[in-house]
Amino acid sequence: MTSAFEPVRSQRRGPAAQEGADLLVHRKVDFKNLMYAGEKGVLIPALQRVQDLDGYISRERMHEIHRQSGIPLSQIYGVATFYSQFRLRPVGKHIIRVCHGTACHVSGANGITKSLEERLKIITGDTTPDRLFTLETVSCLGCCSLAPVVMIGKATHGNLKPGDLGKVLRQYRQAGKEVAEE
Amino acid sequence: MKILVGLGTCGIAAGAEDTYRALREQLAQRQPACQVSETGCLGMCYREPLVEIHEDGQRFLYGNLTADKVGRVLDEHVSGGRPVEEWLVWADDGRGAEREFLARQHRIVLRNCGRINPEKIGEYLAVGGYEALAKVLRDQNPDAVISEIVESGLRGRGGAGFLTGMKWRFTRLAPGHRKYVICNADEGDPGAFMDRSVLESDPQSVLEGMAIAGFAIGSGDGYIYVRAEYPKAIERLTLAIAQAEEQHFLGDGILGSGFSFHVKLKEGAGAFVCGEETALIASIEGRRGMPRVRPPFPATRGLWESPTNINNVETFANVPWILVHGAAAFNSLGTANSKGTKVFALAGKVRRGGLVEVPMGISIREIVHDVCGGIKEGKEFKAVQMGGPSGGCIPAVLQDTVIDYESINKTGAIMGSGGLVVMDEDTCMVDVARFFLDFTQRESCGKCTFCRVGTKRMLEILTRITEGQGQEGDLELLENLANLVKKNSLCGLGQTAPNPVLTTLKYFRGEYETHIGNHKCPAHHCLALLTYTITETCNGCGACLRACPAGAITGERKQLHHLDPAKCTHCDACYRACRYDSIAKN
Repeated sequence: MTSAFEPVRSQRRGPAAQEGADLLVHRKVDFKNLMYAGEKGVLIPALQRVQDLDGYISRERMHEIHRQSGIPLSQIYGVATFYSQFRLRPVGKHIIRVCHGTACHVSGANGITKSLEERLKIITGDTTPDRLFTLETVSCLGCCSLAPVVMIGKATHGNLKPGDLGKVLRQYRQAGKEVAEE
Repeated sequence: MKILVGLGTCGIAAGAEDTYRALREQLAQRQPACQVSETGCLGMCYREPLVEIHEDGQRFLYGNLTADKVGRVLDEHVSGGRPVEEWLVWADDGRGAEREFLARQHRIVLRNCGRINPEKIGEYLAVGGYEALAKVLRDQNPDAVISEIVESGLRGRGGAGFLTGMKWRFTRLAPGHRKYVICNADEGDPGAFMDRSVLESDPQSVLEGMAIAGFAIGSGDGYIYVRAEYPKAIERLTLAIAQAEEQHFLGDGILGSGFSFHVKLKEGAGAFVCGEETALIASIEGRRGMPRVRPPFPATRGLWESPTNINNVETFANVPWILVHGAAAFNSLGTANSKGTKVFALAGKVRRGGLVEVPMGISIREIVHDVCGGIKEGKEFKAVQMGGPSGGCIPAVLQDTVIDYESINKTGAIMGSGGLVVMDEDTCMVDVARFFLDFTQRESCGKCTFCRVGTKRMLEILTRITEGQGQEGDLELLENLANLVKKNSLCGLGQTAPNPVLTTLKYFRGEYETHIGNHKCPAHHCLALLTYTITETCNGCGACLRACPAGAITGERKQLHHLDPAKCTHCDACYRACRYDSIAKN
C-alpha cells in the first residue's frame, strides 16, 4: 500500500471541493459548534463533517481539528485510521461500493469485484486516473434479497451479473461527458 | 381509497421511487381524490416494489409492481374495481399468490412496518403509538415497568440474549445521578437487515421504547448509535426525533409530566467491533472503538463513566407493545426460556427472501420451507448460517432445531441478531468459513493477540485449503487455533470469531478433507480446484480468447475453441467473458 499521506496539494479533491480547488483554508469548519453542551466526543462527527465536505480527510484538515479542539494529532490520526468509513486519499466522482455481505458473497460478489477491477483497470481501494470512479468494497448494504448488489454514489444496482457491469459503467461515463459538454 | 408504496432501501433499489412517481402523475390526471402515500418495508423483499391499495377496509397488495405496470392497475383496479389477480400477492378476501409468507408470521416488532408512513408521527399515533409511554408516565412507577418487562421474559435481541428487564434493574440500582440509554443500531452482521428495516419503517416505536427505558432506569439522555451505511434510516430517525419533540413525546417535561428525555443520533463510522457494548461506548466518546475488560459492566460504569443501559433496536421496538398488551400476552408466545417473537432476515438461496417475524419455538424447517418457500431453482437445501460472523452453520439434517436461544447454542451457532443465510448445494462450506473469518480478521480491533494474530493464521490456513494447497494436519491445527482464540479473547468478537470454522468442521468435515486430500471442491466453487473446459456449444465468438491472460485458449473464429489445462491459471476470466455458457467448470 502507498503511504496514507501522499502529497495531495496538486490533486483535485472530492466532489464538494471541486468547484473551488485549493480553497481549503476558506472553507473553515467550526468544530466547536459540533460539540454537545458539556460533553466530549466531538472527534468522530468532526471527521465525518470533513469527509462530507472534501470527500476525504487531508492532513491539513487534521491540523485544523487539532487547533480548534485541542485533541492531540496522534489521537485524530488514530481514530481516522481505525474506522473504515474514513478515507485519507482523495476519491473519484463516483464511488462504487461492491457489497460483500454473506448473501452477496454466495451469489458471486467476488466475480463482480474482479470484473469491475478488469473494466476500470484499477484494484479495489483505488481511483481511476480520470478521477471518475473509486472502487471500494463494503461489508453489507442490507439489500440482501437483491444480491449481488453494487452501490454507485447513492444509487443501488441489484441482481447483477458480471456481464451487466459494462452497461452500468457506461451510464455514468455518458452522464459525465454530457455534463462536461454543457 | 388510499395507495401505499413501500419505500424502504430494498424497495428503492428495486425501483419503487419510479413506481411512486408514476402513480402520482397518473393519478393526478385520473383521480385526484385518491391518496398516494409512502410507507416502510413490509418484509417481502423478493417482490419489491410493493404497492398496497386500501379500499373500504380491504387491503390489496401487489408485488413486483414496476412503473410500467402502474397503468394497468389503475385502469382495472382503481377505475374498474377489478383487482389484477395475476400480480396480487395478498388480499384480505383470500386471494393472492404469496399468502403463506404472511400467514405464518406473528408481528410484534414489525407491527407497523409497511402499514404506516414512517415520516408522519400522526400515523404512528393513529395505530396506538405512545400509548405505552403515556400510561407509564401516568402511573409514575418505574419499578412496576421493570417488573413488567422482567415478567414478559424479553431477552436482548442483539445476540447474547440477556434478560432486558434485569439489565434495566441493574442500571436503575446503580449509583449515579446521570444515567444514559443507548440504542445499538450498529447492525454490522453481513446478512442482517432487520434493524435497518425497523428504523426505516417504524422509527417512532424505537424512540418510544427508549423513552420508556429512560423513565424506568431514571435517565434523561439517550443515544442512538446507527450505522452510517444506512442513510435512509438516519434521515427518517432525524425526522422522527424532530416530530416527537414537537409533540412533546421527547424533550423536556414529556406529556406534561416531570420526566425529560432527550435523544441524540450518533453515526457510526464503520467498525464491526462497535457492536460490542464497551467498544460502542468508546466510539460515542470519540475514541477508537476498542472493547475494555468487563466488569465494570456498562450498567454500573458506561458512557462518560455513568451507568448506561444498552439495548438493540428490536428489543426497544418490543417494549411499547409489551406495556400495552401486558407481559402475559408476550410470554404466552415462545418456549420455556425464550419468549415472544424473533425477526429474521432471510437471504441467500431461498425463494422468498426478506424479513419474517415468527414466534420463538418454530423450527428452522418451517421458516425455510413453509414461510419462505424452500430453495431457489429447486436445488438441495444444504445449511443455514445463523448469527453472522459470530454464528455458525446449521446443516440441513438439523433443520428441525427449534428457534430458541438454548437450542441454537447447542448446535454451535448463536441466535445473533437474526441474519439467516440459506445455502444450497452450490455453496462451498470451506469458502463460507473463509469468508467469515476474512471478515472478522479484518474487523479485529487488534487489542488481544489471540484475536489479532490467531484469526490471521486461521485465515491463511483456510485460504491455503481453498487454493488447493491444504496440508495434512491443517484441520487439527485449525481446531487448536480456533479453541485458543475462543478462550483468550476479551470481547464477543474474538470469542465467537472461530464459530463459523468450528461448526463447518463439525458438520462438513468431509468437504474439508476432499479439498485437502483430493484437491476437489465438491460444490464447484473454489476456482483453483476446478478444471476449465470449453463445451460443444461454443460458437467461436472469441470473447474468452481475448479475455484469457494466460494465452491458454486457442481456436479460429467461428470454430470450436480449445482450452489448454496446462496453461490455465484458474482466473475465471473466460467464464465471465462467455455469453453462451460454453465454459464448463468441474
